[in-house]
Amino acid sequence: MNMSLEELGRIAFEYKSKIDGFKKVVLICTGTGCISSGAMKVFSALQNAIDAEGLIEKVLIKKTGCHGLCERGPIVVFGNNEILYQTVGKRNIDDDVRLLVSTIKDDVIAENLLYKGDDKTKRYVSTHDIPFYAGQTRLVLALNGIIDPEIIEDYIAHGGYRALIKAFSMERDEIIEWIEKSGLRGKGGGGFPTGVKWRSCKNAEGSIKYVLANGDEGDPGAFMDRSLMEGNPHAVLEGMIIGAYAIGSNQGYIYVRDEYPLAVERLQKAIEQARSYGFLGKDIIRSGFDFDIQIFRGGGAFVCGESTALMTSIEGKAGEPRAKYTHTVEKGLWERPTNLNNVETWATVPEIIDKGWEWFSSIGTEQSKGTKVFSLVGKVNNTGLVEVPMGITLKEIIFGLGGGIQGGKKFKAVQTGGPSGGCIPEEYIEMPVDFDSLTKLGSMMGSGGMIVMDERSCMVDVARYFLKFLVEESCGKCTPCREGVRRMYDIVDRICNGNGVSGDIEHLEELGRAISLGSLCGLGQSAPNPVLSTIKFFKDEYRMHIDEKKCPAGVCKALIKLRINPDRCTGCMRCSAECPVKCISGEKKQAHTIDQEKCIKCGTCYDVCRFDAVTIE
Amino acid sequence: MEVDKAKIDAIIQKYNGDKSYILAMFQDIQRLYRYLPKEAIKSVCATLDIPFSKGYEVATFYKSLSLKPRGKHTVHVCLGTACHLRGGPNIVDTFQRELGVNIGNTTEDGNFTLETVNCLGACALAPLVRVDNKDFGKTTPGGVKRIIGEFIDGE
Repeated sequence: MNMSLEELGRIAFEYKSKIDGFKKVVLICTGTGCISSGAMKVFSALQNAIDAEGLIEKVLIKKTGCHGLCERGPIVVFGNNEILYQTVGKRNIDDDVRLLVSTIKDDVIAENLLYKGDDKTKRYVSTHDIPFYAGQTRLVLALNGIIDPEIIEDYIAHGGYRALIKAFSMERDEIIEWIEKSGLRGKGGGGFPTGVKWRSCKNAEGSIKYVLANGDEGDPGAFMDRSLMEGNPHAVLEGMIIGAYAIGSNQGYIYVRDEYPLAVERLQKAIEQARSYGFLGKDIIRSGFDFDIQIFRGGGAFVCGESTALMTSIEGKAGEPRAKYTHTVEKGLWERPTNLNNVETWATVPEIIDKGWEWFSSIGTEQSKGTKVFSLVGKVNNTGLVEVPMGITLKEIIFGLGGGIQGGKKFKAVQTGGPSGGCIPEEYIEMPVDFDSLTKLGSMMGSGGMIVMDERSCMVDVARYFLKFLVEESCGKCTPCREGVRRMYDIVDRICNGNGVSGDIEHLEELGRAISLGSLCGLGQSAPNPVLSTIKFFKDEYRMHIDEKKCPAGVCKALIKLRINPDRCTGCMRCSAECPVKCISGEKKQAHTIDQEKCIKCGTCYDVCRFDAVTIE
Repeated sequence: MEVDKAKIDAIIQKYNGDKSYILAMFQDIQRLYRYLPKEAIKSVCATLDIPFSKGYEVATFYKSLSLKPRGKHTVHVCLGTACHLRGGPNIVDTFQRELGVNIGNTTEDGNFTLETVNCLGACALAPLVRVDNKDFGKTTPGGVKRIIGEFIDGE
């Protein structure tokens, strides 16, 4: 097929005409979050209801990718984001579907389904008015939640593959120059300038080269890449094709976690569709250039997100990292020049080519250009995905978009960068979020997980959590990481169990320095960060655990006792119903008591009590 | 355990007998048997003409592969950071108590295998539990019984 811009325009026009034939378009989010909240049930129930009304020819119900506000799923959107309904079908699916039908038929807005503000009085109708969305700058996620990720024509109708055709009319060096000038930096965590990497790979010796997409999003608490692969897979493909063309590579791989079955399915569909239109395969858009992409499923090993380990894994071996005496752009996969970028980085490329590098570099800060997608999770009100310009402050993200801390509790810290990052305390909440500022604080941007912690989060426990994670995920190749992290875990675990001794903190710091210096790959080098950053900012909390055997957050089970204050307890029975070991007794409307012998200190009673009657000692 | 050689060869053929796809082959075999039998590893290694030790190395390196037989249903309790903070460990404890097994083990009736996972990427719905292919968001210790019940009643 001889694909020109005119041809592409024709495909877009045909698809749009088909859509224009519908009187109404209803978008149902079918991201993983919304599916687990019941989006598919809402979809089929609505489909049936529309059919029963005889409106199936007039109303298009479209399944889209992740909308971002996962906490409030299932999300249903009307038209061009004019109306956003949340938690649809959560109370009663038949009632909610009836409300949807009346919105479709008679434009009646269902107040019940609208998003409510933090004060629970204001209701928002349009997506654009909701603070969570209004504060975002959506470039990479622009089409997430708008297009059907399983229909390539929908992507084309929204400007998709336009950048590809433009790029193929450019000189290869010119494309790389644009990426360099745009200031795009790797969004998988390292922040290495993408254009520089591309140029090194293009200039590397060898006729066979590879381009890889890293979709092995192993950082716990991060799911941006997943939503992108599920919600707009063609953007990733388009970016990779442009990159492959510029670098001169004929084979690409997308490495996706095995835990993301939906992403694999949608990417596979997208690849097949792209092949059928001649965007992938032999002689792409009659340019004479060949390129194809294969999906490689990971095996649940965190270390495979590291570049060299990922490549070893694709080679069919156990995914252990290699020493980088020679850069992977010169000798990577099968010892050949290899360019690896994160999926979010790839998805940014078409935007830059389409709108120009000047446009892209006008967003963000001096050293960090463009936007970054974060998964805002933990103890924050609006959890979900947000895309913001680089340089926005932590406060704007957590309190502006995120709507503050759940249950009106006090903000304590935010963890960024996953197991390689650190915890940032309240005093730095006005810090701008960019690659360099976060590194200065002993954390890092990482792939974009942003985990908010409140007064009920124990920082020593968080450090222990990451150490346990790293002990399990260390591949075992080099000793400082394999043995050192385990020793650090033993010490922190001892502290949490009330057996900490003086000198533990200094010992941890010393071990941490040694592990950073002595490990081969990024996983080991950054493994001590979660401990070192919590010691740096929350030393008092460590001291309390060691010296006074107290856990101020009330998390470390060996150091706490839960009691019910009889003056405050109303006898509502909520805690006794929720208690997993049934150790709370008492008559209705009478003060309850906890049987300390049986109590497992899970804290459920504390969390569910609405009268602050449960205290932690 | 006896493995179906024809089925395993078909899986190997799906990847054109390319050694670099050994992980994918193992994953497909696991989907067939719900775990990766040792005989299957031997069979794949023989067909691909690689030493058993290499196949075993791959099979034991990747966490998503299980060399132990799994129950009819696999419960994955997510312990990603967000799930950890929002009470994931309590959910694991509750499952252990309700099912009467420790992490990594299968109930005596062979119905459930209990496992933890380091992040399923649905952090906004923490704490998350995945049973087979079905996700349960915002789980509470009180809701664990209901989740288990759903898979017992469904038989």
